[in-house]
Amino acid sequence: MMTPRDLAATSARALRVNPLRSALTALGVIIGVASVVAMVALGEGAQQRVQSSISSLGSNLLIIVPGASRQGGVAMAPGSFNSLTLADAEAIERDVSGAVAVAPSQRGNAQIVADGANWNTRIEGVTPPYLEARDWGVASGRFFDDREARQARKVAVLGATVAKELFPNSDPVNQRIRISGGQYEIIGVLEAKGQSGFGQDQDDIVLAPLQTVKRRVSGRQGRANTVSQISVKAESEAALTQLQEDVEQLLRQRHRIAAGGNDDFTVQNLSSIADTMKQTTAAFTALLAAISAVSLVVGGIGIMNIMLVSVTERTREIGLRKALGARRQDILWQFGLEAVVLSIAGGVVGLLIGSLVAWGVTSLMDVPLVLGVTTAATALGFSALVGVAFGAYPAWRAARLDPIEALRRE
Amino acid sequence: MSLIEARSLERTYRMGDEIVHALDKVSFSVPRGDYVAVIGPSGSGKSTLMNIIGGLDTPSGGTLVINGANLGALDDAGLAGFRNRTIGFVFQSFNLLPRLTAMQNVELPMLYSGTPPAERQERASQLLDRVGLGQRKTHRPTQLSGGQQQRVAIARALACQPAVILADEPTGALDTNTTNEILALFKELNREGATIIIVTHEHEVAQATKRIIEMRDGRIVSDKPVA
Repeated sequence: MMTPRDLAATSARALRVNPLRSALTALGVIIGVASVVAMVALGEGAQQRVQSSISSLGSNLLIIVPGASRQGGVAMAPGSFNSLTLADAEAIERDVSGAVAVAPSQRGNAQIVADGANWNTRIEGVTPPYLEARDWGVASGRFFDDREARQARKVAVLGATVAKELFPNSDPVNQRIRISGGQYEIIGVLEAKGQSGFGQDQDDIVLAPLQTVKRRVSGRQGRANTVSQISVKAESEAALTQLQEDVEQLLRQRHRIAAGGNDDFTVQNLSSIADTMKQTTAAFTALLAAISAVSLVVGGIGIMNIMLVSVTERTREIGLRKALGARRQDILWQFGLEAVVLSIAGGVVGLLIGSLVAWGVTSLMDVPLVLGVTTAATALGFSALVGVAFGAYPAWRAARLDPIEALRRE
Repeated sequence: MSLIEARSLERTYRMGDEIVHALDKVSFSVPRGDYVAVIGPSGSGKSTLMNIIGGLDTPSGGTLVINGANLGALDDAGLAGFRNRTIGFVFQSFNLLPRLTAMQNVELPMLYSGTPPAERQERASQLLDRVGLGQRKTHRPTQLSGGQQQRVAIARALACQPAVILADEPTGALDTNTTNEILALFKELNREGATIIIVTHEHEVAQATKRIIEMRDGRIVSDKPVA
């Protein structure tokens, strides 16, 4: 009986006899593994990007907007009614225990002018807890404090994009800008956040005290006490669902909505949105990987094809080996191992190529590169499996050959 | 007991509706150290007899005991082990593996007997020295003449110290001079104690042995020592 070492040497030598043929045979597996690896890496990268861009909106965050998502059988866009008030925000802060930060805000659009440059952007009137609720920070300068907010001072904190557009060459802090005809002092610049999961530039924004914005920018939109949004931050992701229930209950009570009646507000849970998007990308990744796996099977068929040719060509060698004392198992192992070595070699090369492709595409698409050990191990495992599955039949045919017939063959 | 004991050996094939008796109750014995030629026209059953003695084929009836092993009772793995340890094959067309060197070809049977690499190489090297190819150990078959290739094949046959060397038309592909060289080598090996059976249709080759068994239609028609 042949030792594993001799067996490996024999198989390796057979594959080296015709390197081009061996390489072409492995090509099917190479392409299959490469595409599976690339697809899975890209899919997981996309998933991670979705997750990080959604959590960049703020983690463990509920966003409450006025208006029901459905009213009287007609779906309405959230935010279409002025039903949320500052008093609602204060009530949540006072009565809901799990809320770490409650930040009412009023949104408006305005043309901003600074020394000859001007820029149309979102202006958001907020209170100091807004930064905590949105996991945001100030990159330079400072944020306004409670007193400035209460006094409705004309101070502004610029988003990174606005700062870059209006003050490309100088530090905006302590400079002045005009918003809707009023003059504001810039007291700080926010950290850059990048795009949100919905493709919006989160840095294209100006923050100012809520009262200032309500009085001077969006004064005519809604009554004096309404807000366009309330952000509520939970302690942890686990506490989010309970917090959402509590907030909904409180608001229903305050808005006097009867059981079974339609809410006049909508609570958006960002982590559940993130989960849905993650599930969607995961399903898409699985689909792509499954399609790529088909090419792996085609690669396996290629191996089987060449192994059958090889067995036919080497019939005499098989007969001779049997005459010299090879048992059926020895022949089975010899040819089986050739197929497995071929497909594992293909798997390794495919893994390298797939990683390279994934790296190239992710760096082009600005998606994080996620290449797990699991992906690599699965790809190699599958290629070995393909070798075993498609090498088994040719090897079995070789092992079964009658040595007398085989030796007679020219 | 003799090295080979054949009693009423039978081998039948079915060809359509007809049953062909390739071997028809053949009995003989070969003592250790004998040097036998089996001759006969094609279809006489001599190849079938060789295949059965070599453990490549199994008898349909009768008994065959070689070196204590009852060949009718061996399964596939048993026959493979028997071919490996008890028989040394020499073929008309040499049957060397073209990608392997002379050394590696001689080592081949020892791969299947599980001989450790160092021992394998030492023995292969000694055997190539023994058949006069000490200078050609790393040559491949295509770099060797026919006679040299057959010497490598003989060295390979000797690798596992077999009880019987079984040669099927070993000089069929060689010219007269080379034939004589190979026959001289067989004679030497026999003098050193090897039991050799040669299947041939060449009269001169048969005459070089000690005993000639002549077959016809699956039967032994004569069995006598060479004068």
